[in-house]
Amino acid sequence: MSQPSVAIGPKTAEPFQWKRFFSLDNRYIAPMFITCILVVGQISFGFLESYKKTGIAIAVSLISESILARIFTGKWPNLASAYISGISVGILVRSPAIWPYVVCALISIMSKYVLRVKGRHIWNPSNFGISVLLFLAPGTVAGLSIQWGNYLLPMLVIWVLGSIIIARLHRFNITGTYVACFIALAFLRSYITGSPWQSEIAPLTGPMYQLFIFFMITDPKTTVRSKFWQCVVVAIVAFVEMILRLEHVVYAPFYALFMVGPAALLIEMWFDSRRPVPARVAA
Amino acid sequence: MKQRSAARIVVAIIFAALVLSPLIIKRFAARRDETKTKLDLQTALARHGFYLQEVSRAAGVNFVHQAPTLDPRLNHIMPQVASMGASVSIVDFDHDGWPDIYVTSSKEGAKNALYRNMHDGTFKDVAEELGVADVNRPGTGVSMGAVWGDYDNDGYEDLLLIKWGKPELFHNDAGHGFTRVTEQVGLPPWINANTALWFDYDGDGLLDLFIGGYYSEDVDLWHLASTKMMPDSFEYAKNGGRKYLFHNLGNGKFEEISEQVGINSRRWALASAAADLRGTGHPDLFIANDYGVSELYFNDGKRFHEVGQETGVGFAPKSGMNASFGDILNQGRYAVYVSNISEEGVLIQGNNLWMPKEGTSGDKVQFENLARDFGVEIGGWSFGAQFGDLNNDGTLDLYLTNGYVSLDHDRSYWYDFSKIAGGHSTILNDAKNWPAMEGRSLSGYQTKHVWLNDGSGKFVDVASAVGVTDTYDGRAVAFADLWNRGVLDVVVANERGPLLIYKNTVTPENKWVEFDLEGTKSNRSAIGAQVTVFWNGQQQVQEVSGGSGFAAQNQRRLHFGLGKTSHIERAVIRWPSGKVQTIENPALNENHSVTEPL
Repeated sequence: MSQPSVAIGPKTAEPFQWKRFFSLDNRYIAPMFITCILVVGQISFGFLESYKKTGIAIAVSLISESILARIFTGKWPNLASAYISGISVGILVRSPAIWPYVVCALISIMSKYVLRVKGRHIWNPSNFGISVLLFLAPGTVAGLSIQWGNYLLPMLVIWVLGSIIIARLHRFNITGTYVACFIALAFLRSYITGSPWQSEIAPLTGPMYQLFIFFMITDPKTTVRSKFWQCVVVAIVAFVEMILRLEHVVYAPFYALFMVGPAALLIEMWFDSRRPVPARVAA
Repeated sequence: MKQRSAARIVVAIIFAALVLSPLIIKRFAARRDETKTKLDLQTALARHGFYLQEVSRAAGVNFVHQAPTLDPRLNHIMPQVASMGASVSIVDFDHDGWPDIYVTSSKEGAKNALYRNMHDGTFKDVAEELGVADVNRPGTGVSMGAVWGDYDNDGYEDLLLIKWGKPELFHNDAGHGFTRVTEQVGLPPWINANTALWFDYDGDGLLDLFIGGYYSEDVDLWHLASTKMMPDSFEYAKNGGRKYLFHNLGNGKFEEISEQVGINSRRWALASAAADLRGTGHPDLFIANDYGVSELYFNDGKRFHEVGQETGVGFAPKSGMNASFGDILNQGRYAVYVSNISEEGVLIQGNNLWMPKEGTSGDKVQFENLARDFGVEIGGWSFGAQFGDLNNDGTLDLYLTNGYVSLDHDRSYWYDFSKIAGGHSTILNDAKNWPAMEGRSLSGYQTKHVWLNDGSGKFVDVASAVGVTDTYDGRAVAFADLWNRGVLDVVVANERGPLLIYKNTVTPENKWVEFDLEGTKSNRSAIGAQVTVFWNGQQQVQEVSGGSGFAAQNQRRLHFGLGKTSHIERAVIRWPSGKVQTIENPALNENHSVTEPL
């Protein structure tokens, strides 16, 4: 998961304005939202593995991002993205050991600086870190697989709030398309496997998916530019996930995004490179 | 620019190493694991000091647990719903000084067995003739466990049978038979219970009774009013069975007082155990819950106070299936072992070893989970576990059984299980929404764990090396010195599987001592009595238990391994009445029968 990409204007010396202070800068909406999920989840039913582990994941993310940005850009970075990566690792990784939280946070952040094509990182950082760990350390690490306690309200709050925020960031097309595809393909899986449709829909009701659809698949840095192709790509993610689910892969959504996301970006870069005029406008 | 390129290379190398680190860690962990090495008796004795040999058939025990068949609307998930009921409890029911074994079956109409110790290495099932076999009659539910305690202080252990159904209390008629007294004592008509224990919570010299419900008591699993009887959450469920505390009134009757004394929970209890964790003289109550956090109730002798969160044991929700106590570092304090689920690639809860934190004690005691540090964390789909000194070296070892549903070797139900487990309560709660198992296994055919304690905070798994190679779906484990040889033998009850008796052979160099206690002012079973043995500058405390582990009860006699010592300094007995008795220099390699001084 990463922060929304927002153009930041040059800094000018302005008098302190309370209105400006309290206005919501888009850079901080996602971090605030994911913090909100953390707080609601923890207060309503205590869903963290432990404060310590989540704290470690966040701290490692922030520190490693700061160090790597200094090394490679010579500047202190905006830490909103690293904060989201750290908190995502802290929530999504379930392990009795501490090292997976450290390693996952480090891998996530470092992937942004190491796995780059034409100056752009192609994997969503936390998707990369979590997928690698789930695949290589299945004996120690699992993903978040629980639900919102016994309560409907926290889940509804997250859905409503998440939808509003994602819409404000102009990325609801991605979330909406994915959810629609997941539901449609859930019925198809139910038809194919004979499992109750409720069991196929069930994963969507858990916090893991809410983090996935609001933060991972919408990450502007690792999605294609065109809204239409964003929808196409995310539909392909849902389709690949369905194939993996039919093969009984437990962490199908992470792996599907891991495979499809970078492929889509590489294709987009290839098309860009073939265009005679590089008329790109920042999103 | 050059510096930046060099930095990029260094970062890339570190990155690659980090990506590969899980594999490296796994490889190192595998090297430490001795589980796979199978040894013969002599080598095992030389290396580990003991060897376990499965002797059930030779001992005349040919008991196979049978599972129930519940409402047909659960057929699609029957193997996982009807997956408990194999239990074992050790009792000397005829007071002849030799431990006997009671085991339960759970099929409608199947018979439970009471194996009388024949003193010659064999057992004989006398349940039928004594009236405690035919207890699974259709319409009354089926057996889930049994615990023994002398509730009327007549010198003979009485039998409480818990069921998914009607709980039963059988009075022991001087070892010659049993009289059913369920109605007279006032037990409720139906509890879907998986755990119970005897303890004297108020210190009045009469054993009280705790029973923990699993499914709600208004659910008749054979005639479901609705299929919405599953947990409403995989980790936060609160729609399970209620808890019962039956206060012994001393006139052959019990009064249910759970709410009055502060026990008011509807979590899905699977295991419970009681011990004095704070040195107050009152037994505290630990409940391991499936689908949720564990609960710890501090007991002030009159009321219980739930302190799970405050003490640290009730923070992270897991799937608790065992509760057992052990002074594993010989420091006079108990650790609590709670078993949970770990399945590679899906769910890694890890078992909990709750150790009292340094510098905390009394009401302020805090526990930290050191299962990983001690090496007893990953045990598969874990069920019953017990602490006991299996090689008499002076430190408590840990035996863990496991395995949930062993059906088709090659097909797993885990994907479907994880899918539904992540769903909202409205989906999870309804059994009809659960995908069909279709003969698939769910954490089946698992190897067991026998963790040997090195005394300094490390346990090494030696299961295969010492002869434990079965892969049945283990449920209950109980320890007893079955043949009065000064060693702990192991009895394991398996779901849909045979009762296993592991006869223990221990290196004779290691010394031992045992204490058979009988209360006078305290309850006659001496449940709750603590014995602390001091030797060679060490001490170890153990407590007589009225039920522990999962659906199990160890022998009441306390067994201490002592290593290669030449004498014992003293043994201090703290009776439930509060009386403290010191025995100076008790003889080695003897069972000491001690009656509470008047």
